[in-house]
Amino acid sequence: MTSSLADVASSNATLRAFLHGLPGVDRVGADQRAAMLGTRSIKTTAKAAAIDLAIRMVDLTTLEGADTPGKVRAMCAKAVHPDPGDPSVPKVAAVCVYPDLVAQAVESLGGSGVKVASVATAFPSGRSSLDVKVADTALAVAAGADEIDMVIDRGAFLAGDYLKVFEEIAAIKAACGQAHLKVILETGELATYDNVRRASWLAMMAGGDFIKTSTGKVQPAATPSVTLIMLEAVRDFLATTGRKVGVKPAGGIRTTKDAIKMLVLVNETAGEDWLHPDWFRLGASTLLNDLLMQRQKMATGRYAGSDYFTLD
Amino acid sequence: MFEYAPAPESRDIVDIKPSYGLFIDGEFVDGTGAPFKTINPATEETLAEVATASGEDVDRAVQAARKAFGVWSAMPGSERAKYLFRIARIIQERSRELAVLETLDNGKPIREARDVDLPLVAAHFFYYAGWADKLDYAGYGPGPKPLGVAGQVIPWNFPLLMLAWKIAPALACGNTVVLKPAETTPLTALLFAEICRQAELPPGVVNIVTGAGETGAAVVNHPDVNKVAFTGSTEVGRLIARNVAGSGKKVTLELGGKAANIVFDDAAIDQAVEGIVNGIFFNQGHVCCAGSRLLVQESIAEELLESLKRRLSLLRLGDPMDKNTDIGAINSSTQLARVRELSDIGEAEGAERWSPACALPERGFWFPPTIFTGVAQSHRIARDEVFGPVLAMLTFRTPAEAVEKANNTPYGLSAGVWTEKGSRILWMADRLRAGVVWANTFNKFDPTSPFGGYKESGYGREGGRHGLEAYLDV
Repeated sequence: MTSSLADVASSNATLRAFLHGLPGVDRVGADQRAAMLGTRSIKTTAKAAAIDLAIRMVDLTTLEGADTPGKVRAMCAKAVHPDPGDPSVPKVAAVCVYPDLVAQAVESLGGSGVKVASVATAFPSGRSSLDVKVADTALAVAAGADEIDMVIDRGAFLAGDYLKVFEEIAAIKAACGQAHLKVILETGELATYDNVRRASWLAMMAGGDFIKTSTGKVQPAATPSVTLIMLEAVRDFLATTGRKVGVKPAGGIRTTKDAIKMLVLVNETAGEDWLHPDWFRLGASTLLNDLLMQRQKMATGRYAGSDYFTLD
Repeated sequence: MFEYAPAPESRDIVDIKPSYGLFIDGEFVDGTGAPFKTINPATEETLAEVATASGEDVDRAVQAARKAFGVWSAMPGSERAKYLFRIARIIQERSRELAVLETLDNGKPIREARDVDLPLVAAHFFYYAGWADKLDYAGYGPGPKPLGVAGQVIPWNFPLLMLAWKIAPALACGNTVVLKPAETTPLTALLFAEICRQAELPPGVVNIVTGAGETGAAVVNHPDVNKVAFTGSTEVGRLIARNVAGSGKKVTLELGGKAANIVFDDAAIDQAVEGIVNGIFFNQGHVCCAGSRLLVQESIAEELLESLKRRLSLLRLGDPMDKNTDIGAINSSTQLARVRELSDIGEAEGAERWSPACALPERGFWFPPTIFTGVAQSHRIARDEVFGPVLAMLTFRTPAEAVEKANNTPYGLSAGVWTEKGSRILWMADRLRAGVVWANTFNKFDPTSPFGGYKESGYGREGGRHGLEAYLDV
């Protein structure tokens, strides 16, 4: 972080002045740009490459109260071999589970190379004390999580207490140790695009390795427009500080078409340097099977029924 | 590297005939002038041979329109509306066909023809269809009367959209028309003629005569034409104004522009960059209201230029039929020569020229998106209309200076203001002498909104309720 930015977090007033000094986002213009990029036509070889890249970027997710070790085991098997009949299908990037199921996921994935991500910090609402959030994070890290998906305190953010949000992210980052930190902004609750940009910068300045749109529990979630704004933020943050941060849209990305639109957004906003699972992830649960279905369609020229793709 | 594979739109949907005649009195007939060829500017391939309407042909067309005027003007507005609604619906149904033909003949990207031109064309017919039976309530008193025969001459930059702007209000008000499309882009107008037949429009209500400048002159100078509507260059507009002076013909002219796109330091920068790109590189800059002068507050000029250059590097120039193309072909070799000439002058006058690295196709007429920096008001690229993908960037210090520079042009068609401060938008809009002032957007069109110029950008308004006045005897 450059020295000028290091001072920004010295008080809530300086933090506020900085965040409110960022250029605004015009909603109409941002929506228009995202919609235009949604009209890109990705066909043939480009589509085949995009599908494989999208599969490699998936954070295969289960975040239900009803999650069990059995459910996580099955999902991990799917993460390593998305299509049992086709070994050329790449592995997904990671699985994403609640902290108490991290150990199960670590065991099931073994040395497969698929990472284990865990939500933490009183996910999804984030309504608890910092101590509890740190303990939640420590639990996941101790169980072997490679990545932590934390939620920001949206209440504090909307109340204008940016310093509290900043310090909380910094504390969780410290609790992560070697684990990568993804900061969930829950853009659906931040409501305005100006807030999305400010929260993105706040999360990056506080040490987040990734910024993530949503928990998946609130609508709207990963819309093309908020993803666009967050991609602009990581692009500008790299130019300002020299540090590269990743982006993860999550929630509502269900089809191959949705996923490819996201890749186009990355390509024409942050740039192709971000088109790698280290820098861009897709948080999803049902997306994977649609990607597999489209992949098979491209290879064979026909669609198979949904029973030909595993449900794990 | 995420390379987009070619995604060409199929041209099979449109059936281009080897030759086209004139559309007079509901029939396709031969012209008596020497036929000309229309080409695809992206490939220089000949698309079709098109008839030239001589003075006699134009006379026949005007006579047909005069005869039809009796039937058409006497028809209740609600009946005329039915025809216009029918035409609008057929345009929607055949929009892919029309978009493909427009792209082939004009060189504009299929994405723009499909997503901008065609929806606006249909919207324009729907909008004026709605007025046809409500003219009593248009604010011109009870029972406003049509003018008679309208002679209309349109340009090549938005061939079908300009046709819609001309024909829809004329017909709604009860006039009949003789329209001459541009020499380089006659094909969609001729397909529109076919749509008139499909809609069973009474013969003679719409007549299409093709040809070059002489045909256009014959249309506007014909003694039995009551109304002249022209969109094109200020030079030709001036000539028309001179020729029709004293003839009693009602005239509207929509001419050139050199619009200022004004960006303040508190603007939403990412969207402003999009707006600048859309303002000048949309349709290869072949837009009369293009934001060809970028006025940036000096305090953010460098930062903005950097963002703009990065954005320009992403523009995809090439085959207009590819669905991912952003910048298509320059419409003709003549226009390309003009864009080149003015750009060379810009350089010679001391402005700094920049274009992204971009390979131009070998065949066809191409010009890379170009920015000039270090431009002063006294440079020709800041004064002359280039009508191409060339942006002249100037700076200003205060809102008053921005207004002064923006207005310091013989033109006054449009302007753009980018700021997050609402009060400043209103302050600026009050002072800018331009027919349209866009706030935090650019090149947004809507049939309900009047469009037209100040000063050398012409007179009269097209679109909206205001657009009716040009076609009514009021």
